[in-house]
Amino acid sequence: MMKFLSAMTGLVGTTLVSSQAFAKELPVPNESWERLWDTVMLDITVIGVIMAIAAVWMLFKFRATSPDQVGTAKKLTTVQSIAFALIPASIFMADDFYLAANGWTVWNDYRRVPDNAMEVKVIGYQWYFEYEYPGGVLVEADMETPVMIPVGQPVVFRMTSEDVIHSFGIPKYRVKEDIMPGRKTYIWVNPVEAQTDGVVQCAEFCGEAHSQMSNPIHAVPQAEYNAWLAKMAAEG
Amino acid sequence: MSTPTTTASHSAAPAWKEWLLTTDHKRIGVLYLVGSMAAFGVAGLMALIIRFEQMELGMQFISSGTEYNGYLYFHGAAMILAFLIPGLTGFAANYFLPLMIGARDVAFPRINAFSVWLFYFAIVLALLSFIVPDGPDIMWTGYPPYSVTSASNTSMYVFTVHLLGFSSILGAVNFLVTVIYMRAPGMGWNQLNIFVWTTVAAFVIQLIFIPVLAAAVTLLLFDKYLGTHFYDPSAGGDVLLYQNLFWFYSHPAVYVIFLPAVGILFDIMATMAKNRVFNYKAAVYAGIWGIVGIAGIVWVHHLYIAGMPDWIRLGHMVTTLLISVPVGILTLSLWGTLYKGAITYNTAMMYAASCLYLILLGGLTGIPLAIPSMTLHLSETSYVHAHFHFIMALFSAFALFAGIYYWFPKMTGRFADGPMATISFWLNFVGVNVTFWPLFIIGKEGMPRRYWDYEMFKDVEVLGRSFQEFHFIATIGAGVIAIGMLLQFINFIASAFNGKPAPTNPWNSKSLEWTHTASPPGPGNFGDTDVIVDENWSPYEYTKG
Repeated sequence: MMKFLSAMTGLVGTTLVSSQAFAKELPVPNESWERLWDTVMLDITVIGVIMAIAAVWMLFKFRATSPDQVGTAKKLTTVQSIAFALIPASIFMADDFYLAANGWTVWNDYRRVPDNAMEVKVIGYQWYFEYEYPGGVLVEADMETPVMIPVGQPVVFRMTSEDVIHSFGIPKYRVKEDIMPGRKTYIWVNPVEAQTDGVVQCAEFCGEAHSQMSNPIHAVPQAEYNAWLAKMAAEG
Repeated sequence: MSTPTTTASHSAAPAWKEWLLTTDHKRIGVLYLVGSMAAFGVAGLMALIIRFEQMELGMQFISSGTEYNGYLYFHGAAMILAFLIPGLTGFAANYFLPLMIGARDVAFPRINAFSVWLFYFAIVLALLSFIVPDGPDIMWTGYPPYSVTSASNTSMYVFTVHLLGFSSILGAVNFLVTVIYMRAPGMGWNQLNIFVWTTVAAFVIQLIFIPVLAAAVTLLLFDKYLGTHFYDPSAGGDVLLYQNLFWFYSHPAVYVIFLPAVGILFDIMATMAKNRVFNYKAAVYAGIWGIVGIAGIVWVHHLYIAGMPDWIRLGHMVTTLLISVPVGILTLSLWGTLYKGAITYNTAMMYAASCLYLILLGGLTGIPLAIPSMTLHLSETSYVHAHFHFIMALFSAFALFAGIYYWFPKMTGRFADGPMATISFWLNFVGVNVTFWPLFIIGKEGMPRRYWDYEMFKDVEVLGRSFQEFHFIATIGAGVIAIGMLLQFINFIASAFNGKPAPTNPWNSKSLEWTHTASPPGPGNFGDTDVIVDENWSPYEYTKG
């Protein structure tokens, strides 16, 4: 509950602090995601194990010893009935709000784009993504051709589609959002480490070659990124 | 209220004519069972093709992406619309609900017959998609603009949904009237079987939400064939309108499947444990009706990655998480029904017990998906695929199979239990775990749904292994399920004709379908005397002897 309240007040609070202070503690959304995943997994594992043990214990313990045997459980009194509804309901609700508060905090990391983010426009086509990098550099990528982003530089993808609904997902950064004709959506990533095994994939069914609408995405040092962008600009 | 005992005739008409023209709710139930099992068989075959195609990188069994997408479309649409919904609300409700409330038939037997034949027409129409050259490839969700711009035949999808929707609405009206007006004299609302309550709740959901789905797909039809622009942003339409309308029905549709499945479990477990239902009123009014109450305000969790405004996504996170409250209360009653019981085991009870595991696994893995920030990554991965298979497909299908074994003596006068039943149960239970656990694991690392190839992930490793190794294990699992299901069907058919004869009430149940009817029940169900119950009667009263 405390977390829930702090998340709610935090939502109001952060709009007041300066963008400078905000930038100092730039979140890494995919790391927040992993922490939230661990929290949620712990939560559901505890519930699941308790319930599973109870079920297995009862399934063994209360086996009939003769065919004529009947159950001996007594009917609940009114007070017991209400208590057995309200107490578990309160526990479940408390857990829901605990998870909601955690989820909300991470949500804020995901949706608040830092001021210093570099903007890359993405347009979805059947069946490839087209990228427009700063300076109007157009990059068409396919399954063999990676796109680059610089390490340490937050990047925001502003996205739309020219035909059907696609989705722009980067599992490495634990994020995706749909791309639609007539609407603009965004995601942002904070690549704190270099990597060359990132994948961009379409995640919303879009027809024949949906399974191949993908390209690698590498996070590389700034110098390497600059060289790549210059090469793309020259080719374009 | 009693109806004459002439709903199924004893005339000398040939058997096929009697079945074709029947208005008897039991025969209509059997027709639903046969139709839904046929759909399950074909859709299951599609699942096998899909699984084997994914076993290795590259194209193996299919010749094009469109062919694969056609299989995916049929598998999803048929499993949900033609197997699970008609199996649970068509077969189980038709056959057993009137028996459980002491009615001689449903309120409108001829409309009931019309419903089942609409369902058959829908199945035929769906099967035609394998014959026409432009069969639909638009997934069971049919999202525009793809479903509008696709070269495939969207109208077959739309008309299939229309037929099934019409059939379901007629069924809903029929059964609600039946339960309200045709309960045995003396039977109060708190004396109904839980299965009756869950079916009533499922039909209320159908009645409220199906028209919205029908409207959504009709607009799709207009957009594609009449040149309207409801979903076309270039002419002022909106692509997300369809998804909102679609999921406004299709999330509640999950409960249309889930609730009757839970109802079957309650009836089996109370009977096999010879025990009262724990906290009956809480299960009914807080659990079942709590789910109905919340069903219509959680659909946006299917659109978490669709670019909806942030405040709607957060609002639906809270409502979606709160589903755990009514579901939790219902689950607690299910667990409590075992407490201090006297459990006897048979195939039905084994399936029911495995459902306790499936409801935990399927239900709890849904909790991350209620949280938008989790879903931004997990959406459209095989994690989601595994989650909804565990809760919708496996839990509900296992509950339906539990029900078939449980009621088999009632329907045929014979047992279906035996070595074949036990072996097929274990094959199915082991098979589903081997199939879907690997999908949870690679789903978390990004394996997408609806991909026939995953070449781009060839360098990604989970637990030191490639995606392909997990897909290989999952495919083995699918093969095990296929053998299990095949044995199961052989067992059903063999047992129906040659199974061990069963007494009228083999499980010593207190429920009316066992205590007051023959096996199988004759025309009019209850012979010459109407069923009357007193205020102390309960389908779950075992302690008073």
